[in-house]
Amino acid sequence: MVTGASTADVALILIDARNGVLEQSRRHAFLASLLAIPHLVICVNKMDLVDYSAERFDEIREDFRRFAMKLEIADLAFIPMSALVGDNVVQRSTAMPWYEGPPLLHHLEELYVASDRNLIDARFPVQYVIRPQSTDARLHDFRGYAGTIAGGVFKPGDEVIVLPSGFVTSVQAIWGPGGTPIDEAFAGQAVTLQLADHVDVSRGDLICRRANRPHSGQDVDAMVCWLSATSALAPGARYTVQHTTSATKASVRQLDYRLDVNTLHRDEAATELSLNEIGRVRLRTQAPLHFDPYRRNREMGSFILIDEATNSTVAAGMINWPSQQDSAVVWHEGAVKRDERASRGLTVWLTGLPGSGKSSVAVELERRLVASGRPAYLLDGDNLRHGLSADLGFSATDRAENVRRVGEVAKLLADAGVVAVVSLVSPYRADRDQVRAVHADAGLPFVEVFVDTPLQVCEARDPKGMYARARAGQLAGFTGVDDPYQAPASPELLLRPEDGDAPAQAATVLTLVERLGA
Amino acid sequence: MTATYELSHLDLLEAEAVHIFREVAATCERPALLFSGGKDSVVMLHVAAKAFWPAPVPFPVMHIDTGENFDEVVEFRDRTVERLNLQLIVSSVQDDIDAGRVVEETGPRASRNRLQTTALLRGIAANRFGAVFGGARRDEEKARAKERVFSFRDEWGQWDPRNQRPELWSLYNARHRKGEHLRVFPLSNWTELDIWSYIRDEGIELPPLYYAHRREVIERDGMLLANTRFLSLLEDEKPFMATVRFRTVGDATCTGCVESSADTAQAVVTEVAAARITERGATRADDRISEAGMEDRKKEGYF
Repeated sequence: MVTGASTADVALILIDARNGVLEQSRRHAFLASLLAIPHLVICVNKMDLVDYSAERFDEIREDFRRFAMKLEIADLAFIPMSALVGDNVVQRSTAMPWYEGPPLLHHLEELYVASDRNLIDARFPVQYVIRPQSTDARLHDFRGYAGTIAGGVFKPGDEVIVLPSGFVTSVQAIWGPGGTPIDEAFAGQAVTLQLADHVDVSRGDLICRRANRPHSGQDVDAMVCWLSATSALAPGARYTVQHTTSATKASVRQLDYRLDVNTLHRDEAATELSLNEIGRVRLRTQAPLHFDPYRRNREMGSFILIDEATNSTVAAGMINWPSQQDSAVVWHEGAVKRDERASRGLTVWLTGLPGSGKSSVAVELERRLVASGRPAYLLDGDNLRHGLSADLGFSATDRAENVRRVGEVAKLLADAGVVAVVSLVSPYRADRDQVRAVHADAGLPFVEVFVDTPLQVCEARDPKGMYARARAGQLAGFTGVDDPYQAPASPELLLRPEDGDAPAQAATVLTLVERLGA
Repeated sequence: MTATYELSHLDLLEAEAVHIFREVAATCERPALLFSGGKDSVVMLHVAAKAFWPAPVPFPVMHIDTGENFDEVVEFRDRTVERLNLQLIVSSVQDDIDAGRVVEETGPRASRNRLQTTALLRGIAANRFGAVFGGARRDEEKARAKERVFSFRDEWGQWDPRNQRPELWSLYNARHRKGEHLRVFPLSNWTELDIWSYIRDEGIELPPLYYAHRREVIERDGMLLANTRFLSLLEDEKPFMATVRFRTVGDATCTGCVESSADTAQAVVTEVAAARITERGATRADDRISEAGMEDRKKEGYF
């Protein structure tokens, strides 16, 4: 399943309506989440055997959602079906008028997968150098860097940096297969770049932007699926690591834990991983890797381990983040466990366009939580930019860093037992997903609330006069006007203007928070 | 923010194949491309030429010659090789027969198809090829469906379907020892319809056999076979004229044709879109062996 999942855009999980959510359903959902399959469809099948009961369907859906809160699933849909008689497979079922969604085939046809790629961080791993060395004068000096774009968008004229050398140059021309000139090349395209300067570039190098570089380092923290039946992963072992177009040697510094894929229990006493086992490891590589976290970019965050003796592929890996091992920073365990604290925390993350009403809902939510005796704290995006993020602007990189900082603070508050209420535009999906990942890794609930107020409404409200200034050209890079807002595909909660005013919306959020038992 | 940055289905398949060609060229010593003049190998070569533009294709092509080819296909092969300025290596079944390395089947239903394995492995060993590109696709039949894009062969040229390397993301493991080699299938994820749509969109030339034409045929085992000098007629078989085209082009003794009026790539696309059986099941006597039979043949080192 891991192999197939690595390139999948969508996973279907079948649940027998009579049996409900089984261990196997949970295992498959976990693997789909681990491999970051962007879309998950839960097909609740054999509805004909439970009398097409809406209650039974809701029960299974709630059961699954409770489990899915601990995972990272970008888009989650539920469809009640009977494959035997064809209910909601191709045609809408007449037996389940209470279900308002589409049948499965229709749902699959309408899934939009193009936006799942990372189009923000420009990344070009050089795969092959094309030098015709032709006597033809026009081609005599041609040096093309061929490869598949792993992230973002490249245009002729872009200033770029080559890693690891650090040479700065610019893109002179971009060619598609067969020599089609390209104005804008984007993730997924196989292209050939010509650079303006003759710098030394070879396979395994990475071309990216100066102001948006990946992590570079020899120590990484990764989830690993062991794929070999004849050997096991153990600390100290050495392998060849193949990551994008580069290959180097790697040794396993430490096995942090082995994960039970059925219960998500972490066995920290584990000393090895055998066939089909999954665990978190720290690797040290001989040459530095240039990588992004897997959650942010599947191409830039994935690797395989190859056994040097047999040449077999023995493991699939997904990089979480740089491991702290290359610095003097060591995690220091505290003496207080989470369940010893007075209360259990979580993070409520309100995202939406400027002027969508996030802050009003957040203020009201904090007030109600505190009034009911719950420790809660409001982290408002605008306010934080006066202090915590005072050094940041509004470029994609700065926005990402702002979201990361606020996410880390929210995580600390939640860990301390507080309900962290975040109100932040946080326009890019990848940045929010990263915060979700940080929470999932810490075992803390993350509730993404999409304040889905239409652009026209936000602009009409314009409480701070920002839209007017952006339209007048006085503000560049304003979300909704000339910078994109990427809506969450599957937020825990969706708030629309028709759901009521800010106090009513805050009450809806409060109900969800209470149901989570935090 | 109006650009959607989307690739069409065929653009995605082409990008994947280009990536695979470049990966092999960068990581394997002495690759070669199997070229028969059949449509899949023609498409494969077309993509290879695009992948390395403006440089020439950086590897030779190899033809496994049964000696029983359609004349039009051999003519097309030679013309294509000359146009792209490629090196052509021919590994011939006739040489194996003459040297006594293989024994030819006899009788009217004799086919040299299976004998190709010997010529193929001999060609790979003699040229010390580290990777050989093949045009096989997963939609063709079950044994091909489970084969990886980078398919490892041991020093005997054999494939072990139960011990294949896991293939994740677009990370391909091309490592092998001397004497071992890889079969690489850049068109694994294409279907027959994709191939024809691509031929149409790119205006790729094919041997004329692929389009409707009048020719003398006989009917055998529910298939139409071209009446050529390589075919021995059975007692009750009477040649007749028909308007036909070939869905695949292989050895003239075992490649059937279908009645069709499709005389352009677009007309073939329309016909293929409506077809229910794959081109191999429909028109290849050689591949009408059981699915297990095909797997056995592939284990021995067949295409």
